[in-house]
Amino acid sequence: MSTQTSARALGRPPLGLVVPAALAAALLIVPLVTLVLDTPWAGFIGELRTEAVRDALRLTALASAVTVVVCVLLGTPLAWLLARVDFPGRSLLRAAVAVPLVLPPVVAGVALVTALGRNGLVGGLLRDATGVTIPYTTTAVVIAHTFVSMPFYVLSVEGALRASGEQYDVVAATLGADRWTTFRRVTLPLAMPGVMAGAVLAWARSLGEFGATITFAGNFPGTTQTMPSLIYQALQSDPEVARTLSMILLVVSIAILAALRNRWLTTP
Amino acid sequence: MADHTMTAMPASPGLVADLRVDGRLDARIRAARGEVVAVIGPNGAGKTTLLRALAGLVAPEGSVEVDGTSWTHPPRLVRDRNLGFVFQDQSLFPHLSALDNVAFGLRSRGVDRAAAAATARDWLARFGIEELASRRPGELSGGQAQRVAIARALAPSPSLLLLDEPFAGLDVGVATALRIELARHLASYDGIALLVTHDALDALTLADTVVVLDEGRVAQTGTPHDVSARPRTDHVARLVGLNVIREDDVFRSFSPRAVTVSLTQPEGSARHRWQGTVLSAAPHGDAVRLLVDSDPELIADVTPAATAELGLAPGRRVWLSVKATAVETYSLRSP
Repeated sequence: MSTQTSARALGRPPLGLVVPAALAAALLIVPLVTLVLDTPWAGFIGELRTEAVRDALRLTALASAVTVVVCVLLGTPLAWLLARVDFPGRSLLRAAVAVPLVLPPVVAGVALVTALGRNGLVGGLLRDATGVTIPYTTTAVVIAHTFVSMPFYVLSVEGALRASGEQYDVVAATLGADRWTTFRRVTLPLAMPGVMAGAVLAWARSLGEFGATITFAGNFPGTTQTMPSLIYQALQSDPEVARTLSMILLVVSIAILAALRNRWLTTP
Repeated sequence: MADHTMTAMPASPGLVADLRVDGRLDARIRAARGEVVAVIGPNGAGKTTLLRALAGLVAPEGSVEVDGTSWTHPPRLVRDRNLGFVFQDQSLFPHLSALDNVAFGLRSRGVDRAAAAATARDWLARFGIEELASRRPGELSGGQAQRVAIARALAPSPSLLLLDEPFAGLDVGVATALRIELARHLASYDGIALLVTHDALDALTLADTVVVLDEGRVAQTGTPHDVSARPRTDHVARLVGLNVIREDDVFRSFSPRAVTVSLTQPEGSARHRWQGTVLSAAPHGDAVRLLVDSDPELIADVTPAATAELGLAPGRRVWLSVKATAVETYSLRSP
């Protein structure tokens, strides 16, 4: 109560701050409101039933789910390594892991082509050895998604591992536990909030992924066309469909935000 | 000079350690099985470093041998040393129940789930906290958590039990109760126990042997009675409430109650009188304890009436004296 009184005692908020703040808020809110208003709700359910939308939804769900699983299986050990093992080049590796966070997704796609494309360094060897090529397959979609999502996961889990501290690892060692047992029974359970948050972040990033995917995997209905790619395509032929599809993704995104509300939406 | 009073290597198996951690520790410790050793000393004396070096948490130079097996040649990992460590802050696994905490050491040493749980439950029962088995550490009081921590360290029957200030941070009443319980458990424990403490009471009530660390070195080793009656460091003298004066290899100690405070120079031998300024005056039992910056610094207990009469407030110049008969003299050469 007393803080409210003293806040008023300081005078009215200056217009120089209120006006830009209102503009910023409008910029964030108005497009979302107009998207909801412009959604052709009459055909909403019908749109969901078209084959293209069903395929894209299915592929998006599949790709984001597999991406999260790959992030957890590979990213957790990487986060542990970064948080717990002192090896030469550790800070360099951490910086490298963070690069995809700031990399334009199209650049990520081009980078993936140079590595895993038909004539890429690794992709070429793979093709020569097995005849298998990765680009323009669902696998390519998952790889692109994992590339852009993994940093969110790894940094979140590494932060949690650092926060829970090494003391419990030490205690486990004095009780005779080897490092694997310690990881399984102590380190990982204590880092679980970070694992969950990282998984949700990775999933959300994967859900909206467009640039790297379309560059590396293309936009083929049924195999590589995810929801964002379908929206991009629909926008050029039928904007109404694009709005409907966008509405679907908006609903999913808000659901994620709701799931995370305890973590980011509570005011300090 | 540090450890010549140490007994020769114990005939029964036990601990033989000779540890150096650069700048922080240079200590030789011997202990027999079943022996409880209290390690006391001021902050920064190397007490915790000694425990961590024995556990292998810091890599010391030197050697550690337990029950005839070397832990240092070749070096053994912490997990392969058969030890129990009770940490100052308990460090109970917050995501595990009290029972699972106690069972942890047994499980990681290959005991199957049911047997580990049964043994853990038995240990909780020994500490009278069986009904807390399913509680998480966050739901335990400080005293309960420390009991779980001690039970967790003892459950796998370690050869060496290391306790780092096990009563620090507990209420006085809780600490007293736990001290009595721990004494009972240590009496039936057949391994070697090392207890780091800053509390003279812990050392006197729990230990068979007291090791005084000072600046990383062993300054004195002896029975609790011996160390408290004839302290060789200012720190221990203060802990047990004695004045100790050292002249070369001879120590003279006397109780602060034996000190007479006066404003004029007293009669008697110059060896037994000192002049100085009162640094502090604080209630101590039913007396007032003065700290005087004489050379050496001394403590004196005076009655509240005398304090008022002589105006014994900080800053007052006073004379201290003690009767020769109240002074105990002992030599570094004799134990």
